[in-house]
Order: sequence, then structure tokens, then C-alpha cells
Amino acid sequence: MKLTKDEVQHVAELAKLQLSDAELDEYAGQLDQILAYAQQIQSVDTSAVPPTPQVLPLSNVLADDASRDSLSNDQAVDNAPDTDGGYFRVIAVFDESGA
Amino acid sequence: MGSQNSTKHLTSLGVAEASAGLAAGRFTSVDLTKAFLERIERLDGALHAFLRTTPAEALEAASGADRARADGDSRPLLGIPLAIKDVLMTSGIETTAGSRILEGFVPPYSATAVNKLKAAGTIVLGKTNTDEFAMGSSTENSGYGPTRNPWDLERVPGGSSGGSAAAVAADEAPAALGTDTGGSVRQPAAFCGIVGLKPSYGRVSRYGLIAYGSSLDQIGPITKSVADAALLLEAVAGVDPYDSTTMPVDVPDFSAALTGEISGMRIGIPHEYFVEGIQPEVEAAVRASIEQFASLGAETVPIHLPNTELALPVYYLVVTAEASANLARFDGIRFGLSVDGDTVFDHFRQTRGAGFGSEVKRRIMLGTYALSAGYYDAYYLKAQQVRTLIKQDFDNAFTDVDVILSPTSPTTAFRIGEKVDDPLAMILTDIFTTSANLAGLCGISIPCGFDDGGLPIGLQLLGPSLGEEKILRAAHAYEQSTEWRLRRPEL
Repeated sequence: MKLTKDEVQHVAELAKLQLSDAELDEYAGQLDQILAYAQQIQSVDTSAVPPTPQVLPLSNVLADDASRDSLSNDQAVDNAPDTDGGYFRVIAVFDESGA
Repeated sequence: MGSQNSTKHLTSLGVAEASAGLAAGRFTSVDLTKAFLERIERLDGALHAFLRTTPAEALEAASGADRARADGDSRPLLGIPLAIKDVLMTSGIETTAGSRILEGFVPPYSATAVNKLKAAGTIVLGKTNTDEFAMGSSTENSGYGPTRNPWDLERVPGGSSGGSAAAVAADEAPAALGTDTGGSVRQPAAFCGIVGLKPSYGRVSRYGLIAYGSSLDQIGPITKSVADAALLLEAVAGVDPYDSTTMPVDVPDFSAALTGEISGMRIGIPHEYFVEGIQPEVEAAVRASIEQFASLGAETVPIHLPNTELALPVYYLVVTAEASANLARFDGIRFGLSVDGDTVFDHFRQTRGAGFGSEVKRRIMLGTYALSAGYYDAYYLKAQQVRTLIKQDFDNAFTDVDVILSPTSPTTAFRIGEKVDDPLAMILTDIFTTSANLAGLCGISIPCGFDDGGLPIGLQLLGPSLGEEKILRAAHAYEQSTEWRLRRPEL
């Protein structure tokens, strides 16, 4: 298995990472090497083995349905680079022309 | 001269010793805090264990602790200064997780573990260096430059909690908090000749810990003695309404477990952990420690953990998948670096491309790939299934033994730069530590010798989930029967 530069670019797009040409080349080679190493788990028969996404013997941990102290609006937006009236300001997601 | 000697004496103290000195009125918390701040000032230019110190806040808190003591407050951690790994949020104190993407970020709240330590009366000296977002085994991946090992400034302190480990080993702090996702408390403790405890998953709240691998991350103490690790664990452990993955169990009196008595304790020696590629002095030291445990009355039992060699590939698929999801929050909108783009997606791409370092990008890429359409079943799901087998190995072993003993790391501290260009070689340094995180176990690393170059060697004791009292008891009995802890780096 060899990762092509296009495949690495596709993964970078999924991860929303701007990578330089040099980074794409470097990661293609290194990801190949790490995935080849990870390949050894394919040899294990897991047809009857359930997955372990987490190890705790807990399920449906619920909080009391009660209000509690939280950050103020000012505190919540204080670290944001661009705010307006207590809101985060972002570039418009939808094109106004409707296209 | 006299005053310099007494200052040096203060900074050589661990938590329990400093606590006894404060209680006896031999010195004040202000004396103690000043001594550590002065030593940091003097040594940290060369070590770079700290990303920032907070002297004004520390001295103010120390004065407050001294006043409280004068009013009759006698809590054991009152007035004890500590260092905190920079992946733990500290309200009002810049917290970067070692990443340029969080440069200047001042959290509006603190991690539960930090709040608990403050409530117990401790004082924050500053924030310690770490591999960016705790991704690494050497602290070389910090966005702010590497930390150096106090035993040899040309070598790494281990990682990712390398700043915390170096600070404690260099007497810049009596103890520190680190975090351990695949060995990041235990391995740097081994490389720096001190004690590092990874609690069972769910023992300590992760609230306010900047997430890396959420099913694996745990906060743990890095200390000069096993007794100090027990004291700090007791302070930070417990169920937290802000973290639904904390276990709803009472916190034991961990210090009471340190009886020195381990006769009849069954210690498993896993065949698969003594493999080719271990540095010969490391293997010899760990094998000698097995003899020492036997002479203390423990029964050493050969065991098998057949899926051991699968732990590292499983770990790297699971941890990178979780990391790629966790680090999606760094989008340049709510906090951290923001680089302009033409569209909202371009804004994300530019911000993340500029803000993350190369190891973080590499792990996000690997995790995104393992979760992507067409590869999810073969990589992520498969890894979760093999994780079940690894956990079953330990479940089976712990029906027969109380604790499991192994080396912490296959080698002693390596040279700065030695492995930075070879991600796979760097990964292999975690070969003995990742299983504990995958299976939710507790583990501790304690000093067990030195290599021919005078670098410390660590042994690891693993216990079942919530089995901290067992590993602490065994570690303490060994520690008190040997003199490794008395040898200190010359700085």
C-alpha cells in the first residue's frame, strides 16, 4: 500500500489542514510507514470480539436537571479573536447570492 | 554561605518532608516558595522545564497559607508549592498545551484537579513544558523549544510531561502534575529518576485537561517519593459532576496503604515485556528488582500477556482518531490563533495549518485517515476490537496476580534530536506503557538503578482498575528497601 499525494491532500482537506507541498510529501511517506506498522492488527481474528470504545463499567451517567453556575457571556467570548455584542463573529457560511 | 545552604536544603525537600517542616515551624511557606522560585530563576534558563512562572501569585498564596497556619489550619498540603503541566487549565494564567495555536490563551476556569489542589492549600509555581497537546515522548515537540534532562543536558527528559519531570528532578518543585495518555507521566519519571503515577481511568477528573485521547487521558502526580504520590493522588482523585467518566467510588486513604509489608503479594512478570531491543542495563536493573521484591517476601510469578505486541499499533490508531476529533475545536473562532481566509473553510485551513506543529498535524492526519470512509472498519473499529483482547489479557492476569512488573521504557533517556526525524522510532519508546491506558489500569514508575552513563532507569508496576493501593504499597516497600532515590543530578 502506498499513499499518493492526492490521497494525503484529500485527508488534509477532511481535517481542514493547509499543508505545504513539502509537508504533503513528508506525510505521505511517514503515514505509509506508520500504517504499514499498524497493519499487523489485521492478522488477528476479531470476528467474535466486541469493540472497546471506552473501559468504564458505567453507562447513562446523568446530571441532575438543575441550573448551576456557569461562565458569564463576557468570559465565554473573552478569548475570541472577533466578537460582536457578545457573539462570535464568523465569515458568512452561505453565499448570499443563493448559488 | 549559610543562607545558600539552607535554601538548597529547602528545595531538596519532597511534599511530605516540606509539610513536616511547615508544621514544625522550621520555615514558612513564603521561605519555601521563595527558595523554589530562586532555584527556577537560576537553573531554568538551561533546563527550560517551565513555560512560565507565576511568582507574584505564588508568593501571595504562600503568605495566605502562612496566615492560615497561624490561625490553626494544619492540612497536610497547606503551603506546598507545585508545578502544573501546561495542558491543565489554570484560571487567569496563560495555558498553551505547548502549542503556538494557544499562545496567549488565558482560561476562564481551572481544571478540577488544579482546583482540588488549590482547595487543599497548595501553591502554583508555574506551568511546565510539554510536547504540543501532549503528543510525544521527549518534550521536543513543544512549540516553545525542548526541555533538557537534569541528569544530562544533551538528553531529553522524556515526554510528554517532560517539563514536570525535569522540574521535580532538578529540585525546581517538590512535586508536579502531569498527564498520561500512553505513558506520558511514567516514561519521563523513569528518564528523570523520580516517581510517576498514572491513576486508573476514571479515578481523577479530566475536566479542564485539554483533551488528547479522551478514552485514555489521566492526570497523575510526578514526585520524589511514593509517599508523595499517594498524598497528591488523594488530593486530586474523586468523582466530579463536571466529568461523567469519573468513577463514583470513595477515595481511599492511599497513604495508609504504605505499610512496607508485601509478603505474600503476587507479582506477575510478563514474558512478553522482556523482549529483544531492551537496553541491557535496563533489563539487568529490572531483573535485579525482581530479586529484591522476592527478598521482601513477594511471590514473583511468570505470566503471559499474549497480545502485548498489538498494543502499540492499537494505541496509535485509537489515540490519533480521538485526537483528530478533539482537535477539531481549534478553528480560530472561539479562542487561540486566527489566520484570515477568504471563506469560513479557508479560515479553518489557514489557522490550523499555521498554528499546529508537525507532530500534531501528522497525528491529526493519521487519525482522520483511520476514521475516513472506507478505512473506518479496517483501522478504527479493528483497533477497538483488538483493544478488547488486550484488556482481557490483563483481566485474566489479575485473577492470579496482584500487580505486574516490567521496565517502564526499553531504554534510558536518549539524545535530543536522536529520534525527531523518525516518528516510528519515537513511538516505540512507549512500548511498555500504552497497554495500561488502553485497558484503564493504574501504573507507577519508580527508580530502580542507573545505566553505565549514570542515567536513571525506571521500573513499572501495573495494577488493576482502582488498584492504586496495591501498586503504591509494592512501590513504597521497594523504594524504602533501596537507595536509588538518594542519588540526585548535579546542577
